[in-house]
Amino acid sequence: MAFWIASSPHNHNQAETSSLMRLVIYALFPGIFAQWYFFGWGNLIHISLAVATALFCEFLVLSLRTKHGNQGTAKQAINKQLFDGSAILTAVLIGISLPAIAPWWITVIGAAFAIVVVKQLYGGLGHNPFNPAMAAYVMLLISFPVQMTSWQPPLALLSVDLSLSNTLNTIFTGFTSEGYSVEQLRASVDGYTMATPLDTLKTDASLGLTVYESMEKQVFGEHFSLGWEWLNAAFLLGGLFLIVKKAIAWQTPVSFLASLLICTFIAYSISPDSSASTMFHWLSGGCMLGAFFILTDPVTGATSVKGRLIMGALAGFFVYIIRDFGGYPDGVAFSVLLCNMAAPLIDQYTRPRTYGHKASTPKSSSKQEEAK
Amino acid sequence: MESIVERINQNKFWHFHGGIHPPEQKKSTNEKPIRQLSLPKQLILPLQQHIGRQGDLLVKVGDKVLKGQALTQSSNPMAVPVHAPTSGTISAIKKSVIAHPSGLSELCLFIDVDGEDTWRERNICQDFSQLSHQQIIGKIANAGIAGMGGAGFPTHIKVNTKPDINFLIINAAECEPYITADDLLMREHSTAIIDGIKILDQLLNPAFILIGIEDNKPQAIKALKHATESIEKIKVCVLETKYPSGGEKQLIKLLTGKEVASGALPIHSGIVVQNVATCFAISEAVINDTPLIRRVVTLAGQALAKPQNVWALLGTPVSYLLEQAGFVHEGQKQLANPPVIMGGPMMGFSILNENVPVVKTSNCILAPSKTEMPSAFDNNTSEVECIRCGQCAEVCPSQLLPQELQWSAKAKDHQQLTKLNLFDCIDCGACAYVCPSHIPLVQYYRVAKAEIRQQQQLDLKAEKAKERFEARKLRLEREKIAREEKHKKAAAARKAAMNKKTPEAGAAKSAVAAALARVKAKKAAGAKAQEISAEPQEVSNQVQDEKSQVKAAIARAKAKKEAKNKAVEPSVTPDVDTKQLSESSVSKTNVAEKAAPHKAADDKKAKIAAAIAKAKEKAKVKKAQEAELPTSAEAEKNPVGEQVKQTNVDDKKAKIAAAVAKAKAKAKAKAAEKKQAPASITENNSEEIK
Repeated sequence: MAFWIASSPHNHNQAETSSLMRLVIYALFPGIFAQWYFFGWGNLIHISLAVATALFCEFLVLSLRTKHGNQGTAKQAINKQLFDGSAILTAVLIGISLPAIAPWWITVIGAAFAIVVVKQLYGGLGHNPFNPAMAAYVMLLISFPVQMTSWQPPLALLSVDLSLSNTLNTIFTGFTSEGYSVEQLRASVDGYTMATPLDTLKTDASLGLTVYESMEKQVFGEHFSLGWEWLNAAFLLGGLFLIVKKAIAWQTPVSFLASLLICTFIAYSISPDSSASTMFHWLSGGCMLGAFFILTDPVTGATSVKGRLIMGALAGFFVYIIRDFGGYPDGVAFSVLLCNMAAPLIDQYTRPRTYGHKASTPKSSSKQEEAK
Repeated sequence: MESIVERINQNKFWHFHGGIHPPEQKKSTNEKPIRQLSLPKQLILPLQQHIGRQGDLLVKVGDKVLKGQALTQSSNPMAVPVHAPTSGTISAIKKSVIAHPSGLSELCLFIDVDGEDTWRERNICQDFSQLSHQQIIGKIANAGIAGMGGAGFPTHIKVNTKPDINFLIINAAECEPYITADDLLMREHSTAIIDGIKILDQLLNPAFILIGIEDNKPQAIKALKHATESIEKIKVCVLETKYPSGGEKQLIKLLTGKEVASGALPIHSGIVVQNVATCFAISEAVINDTPLIRRVVTLAGQALAKPQNVWALLGTPVSYLLEQAGFVHEGQKQLANPPVIMGGPMMGFSILNENVPVVKTSNCILAPSKTEMPSAFDNNTSEVECIRCGQCAEVCPSQLLPQELQWSAKAKDHQQLTKLNLFDCIDCGACAYVCPSHIPLVQYYRVAKAEIRQQQQLDLKAEKAKERFEARKLRLEREKIAREEKHKKAAAARKAAMNKKTPEAGAAKSAVAAALARVKAKKAAGAKAQEISAEPQEVSNQVQDEKSQVKAAIARAKAKKEAKNKAVEPSVTPDVDTKQLSESSVSKTNVAEKAAPHKAADDKKAKIAAAIAKAKEKAKVKKAQEAELPTSAEAEKNPVGEQVKQTNVDDKKAKIAAAVAKAKAKAKAKAAEKKQAPASITENNSEEIK
């Protein structure tokens, strides 16, 4: 009797990439719930739109690419890759990061760009140098600045009741069923257009207001930033869950938040009038989402422990620099892309010392080669 | 070193990087005692069961052998003999599938068991402390002991070292899941094991003896601690259970905090590691004069109805063991060929068929069910793209970067692989175990390692060939210069002799001049005569043709020579060349005969040969005439010889032509031979790949 031949090791811990992706998506649920609670149905609609677009684009590219074998196996291969969770995760992240009442085509363009250009054109899962969701976000932000910055204030501050049907109407036609435009939706009771806390702070700083004066405004709420603080707290919760489950490495978010803390603390100590507190930075914008769900993307991040620490710190520094000195109110997406670019280099210089080898710098190893 | 011992005394150990905790699955077999099996009907003994070389056969088909009788022997230190595990008859000596991942067939001895189990004569040694080192090492070598942990390195070499050993480490970690063979051996035979350790102590005289054992074997730990109570030197070190703490390098790091330098052996840091089962075999060999003929084998896996540990004679076919353990043929329904693994689930290899025998390194036969080990059934079809999650790097005990290695292995970037220290990979399989993308990482590394090794061998061969070629070129150059030098000298001597103002020289000169004049006159006359008759004219034309042909032939011969230089054995050609040059005096008729069989150049050659023969004859006639004249005039004088030489010059051309023709013939024969030669070379290569 002949036996089945396989290569060792013969057992496996049965972990799968798709289950890892699923776990990350589950961990996003608290954040999505908070988003729904504070900002209404908008992001849920964007998420479903993005998922549908992403799956369609992924299927298109995969069927173009998978040509080998008979129909059955090809179909199986496509199905397996289509539902490995990576495309869905990317789409969910895009849906979360878009303004709730942005028009529908923003999502469609963003998701298609993320999947087709950023992910598949570079070789598909595991080969993309940039985080697809963030690359798409940055592309949209640069191409459609008006739509991408028309953030709606939290529901509590809205003068119009934004129900599901109203939101749908706004996203697909640009007007609510009562005929309010997006601009009108964003206006407060006294007629001012409300922006996100980060945006408000930036505008006020350029108008010569101090942080304290600026923080008096409605959008900041009682603590740091109305709605956003809970949103970030929810993402933090999901992130901690992932760390406990060992689905993501703790080094990246920890070093990112620590680096942001150090930068903002220094700035705050030097000039408290023009700098917001650390807690404000931590709990506004896409800080926690970036820390736990974007920067920890293994494909585009650094792989070694040291490399992750460096990359997190670098990202925190960039976020602070862009928020405080850059032209955009939030810098998470930009700093993620910058760190993606740096990741291969960081990996190159943070290779661990192999057992039985002396600790070697790249210089000495090249010398060894020459000696050989 | 004192600090190391201090730490060990406090039960504080070091850590190695990474490691995993696969389900241990040892419960099913570690509750039952080791079972003695009845004798199987037939044993299959591979001649080589270890790293090194196989010994020479001492028996032939039909021989009756006794239990414990040596079947092979060798003077080579890397050879380890095999012994008859029981009494019986040698029924065959032929190739059979061996216990190796390759599934290759090697020479095996087939013993038909007679069932009587008759021992050869044994000399029980009462007190091994009386024995000299050489006696003990001889006993270990003759008992055929090779490391029983996995690699199978000949033990007598490992214990035969200079006496600067700090630590003797006994590897009792048994970190692979399922396997409990060493565990049970320690529980049941702790005294014998300690005896073996004492023998090693006597041989190596280490400063400390450390027994490394994982904490999932409490009974074995108790037994060992009890047996070593009175011995200060031996310390039982209980380690946290983590795979692969039983890896030699990892165990050394755990116990001493030292790392074995890459490419070096533990002995270079004053450390010797022995497996606990090897210690038992040593005590059996030295004290009871029992060679290594049996070992404990764990039969485990859910496809077995009665998983247990058994004493298996070496050479027992796996089919017999599976039968004894109640192998369930669930495969009949779902799968025609279920996997059967020799060794543990992490580093074991699946065997080709049920005839594979148990050898010195087989510690486990694992027959998993599909529910318990699905990845053993799926042949790596579920592989998806790497997402660089880095879990593999986290668990790698050698602190490599498996994901980067994998990319380079797929790209066949050998340089980068070497730079990433591929050869420090110990094949433990931890990376592949945790990989969420189900990439068979270890398999990629194995292939890459084999490719690099093969490339290195080819490079070495090419280097040697180049050296040989360069040496030959140099030698030919030297010879050419030497020849020219000789010719110059001879010419100078001739001139000097001619220019001497002696009367003889003057006479010789005039004689030469006269002779030349005569030759000219004759030639002129001959030419006229040839003009008259058609035949001779043709001959002279042919001579001219022949010259151009000769040139072409020389060019061809050169081209061929160059081709040859590139070939595997350039050293043969020069011999032929020199022979051909020196053999130019062979009779011309022979040349013609030799040239004739070559059909390709048939006509031309025949013509050339004929022309040469004619030219020769003419030359001979001339020579005779010329020789007559000077001898009659000035007999017994040097110039005569000179003159003859000069006429010989005319001959030379013809001779060269003949030589060239011969060279061609020989070269052709060679080329034919060589065409066969590459075929045999590729055969060798393909064997190496396997």
